[in-house]
Amino acid sequence: MTTSQSVQVRSSQLRKSPSFLGKIISTVHYGDRLAVLETKDSWLKVDARGNQGWLHSSAMTAKEIVLKPHAGDISKAADSDEIALAGKGFNRQVEKKFRQRNANANFNMVDKMEKSSVSQEEIEAFLRAGNLHPTGGEV
Amino acid sequence: MNRRSFLRISLTGAGLTASSMLLQGFGFGDISSALNSATKYVDSATKSYNAVSKALEDITPEQEYYIGRTIGAIVLEKFQPYEHAPTISYINILGQTLSRFSDLPELYDGYHFMVLDSPEINAFATPSGLIFVTRGMLKCCSDENSLAAVLAHEIAHVQHKHGLQSIEKDRITKATSILALEGTKNFANSDIASLTNTFEDSIGDITSTMISSGYSRSFETEADETAVMILQRVGYNGQGLIEMLKVMKKNLKPGGMDFAKTHPSPESRIENISNILGTKDKLVTNPSQTLRFQTAMKGV
Repeated sequence: MTTSQSVQVRSSQLRKSPSFLGKIISTVHYGDRLAVLETKDSWLKVDARGNQGWLHSSAMTAKEIVLKPHAGDISKAADSDEIALAGKGFNRQVEKKFRQRNANANFNMVDKMEKSSVSQEEIEAFLRAGNLHPTGGEV
Repeated sequence: MNRRSFLRISLTGAGLTASSMLLQGFGFGDISSALNSATKYVDSATKSYNAVSKALEDITPEQEYYIGRTIGAIVLEKFQPYEHAPTISYINILGQTLSRFSDLPELYDGYHFMVLDSPEINAFATPSGLIFVTRGMLKCCSDENSLAAVLAHEIAHVQHKHGLQSIEKDRITKATSILALEGTKNFANSDIASLTNTFEDSIGDITSTMISSGYSRSFETEADETAVMILQRVGYNGQGLIEMLKVMKKNLKPGGMDFAKTHPSPESRIENISNILGTKDKLVTNPSQTLRFQTAMKGV
């Protein structure tokens, strides 16, 4: 019997091998429920809509993520270890109200910081140019 | 600066509309103060406390993200960002590379790095992976390996959830589940106001630990040891952390409000890391890193 896990981060990349230097196959998104085929160290081999590949376990949770929870889901989640509610607790609406009351907190700069992204190619080039040889994968 | 005065400087207003927070299933709270002011609700609160659901009690990566954003916004209220593009770009590539080799490489929105325009020697990491280093800290780094050590140490704090561990001791997640289960029906306005204030106090707790009092010695030791692990996995030299600490020791002003206050002494950290490394890692300069490091640090 296969187990399933859900993607608990905004998005992640399915890879050909269990390493962040592994070739990227496809992208998975928050809440995607994926069949787990194999595990190796901290990595899971999953099936994502017919694509098989590896994700780091920190991107995944055994809980099912309910993306648009209704009131009834709250008591369901209360009785179960297996469900997580998206957007519960501290969420975007709470932040919005916090910002209305705390105008000096610099969320605009946080938004700007969050735009920084680094691609796989940039990381590989950085390692090569710096003569760095990480464990678990040759660049 | 104590927690309350820090909070007054950072935050204005009475806080969020608690009833709307409750409808969204949100609330931080200090159970003892809430119960003291609402004794007639003790029975239902106790029932909810005992019936806490794991799903509501656990702080998910998504919630860590929103907690971390608020802390980041408060840091950036207190400190100006140093928005020098070549420096920021370099630190992000280096930092994000290092984060891939930690034991928590995946966060809700990933790791992001920023330099703060301050001569103080300081660095902060929020639970959501926003990592800040000051110009004063960068000046303690004489090469890329040492800078990698600083960033790896901050990534280690995120990996070990040191920031969140200080929150959970206040039973915030248990208060969250009480509010989500009970809704608004059993809470009077005075209790809502009190819970709203404790939410702001809780955010203040996190930021004052991070900025003023620092983590425990055992957390700092754990972060140093994990930093060495990350450095070695990427191919850097664990010795880089020792080299940075030697420069920091010279630069730290006694009685300062920065790393001098929030971290164990550089000497004790150097001794601990030396014991871990033994004679394994000899310091070797890597010329292929030198030029890009010097270019990125120009003007810092």
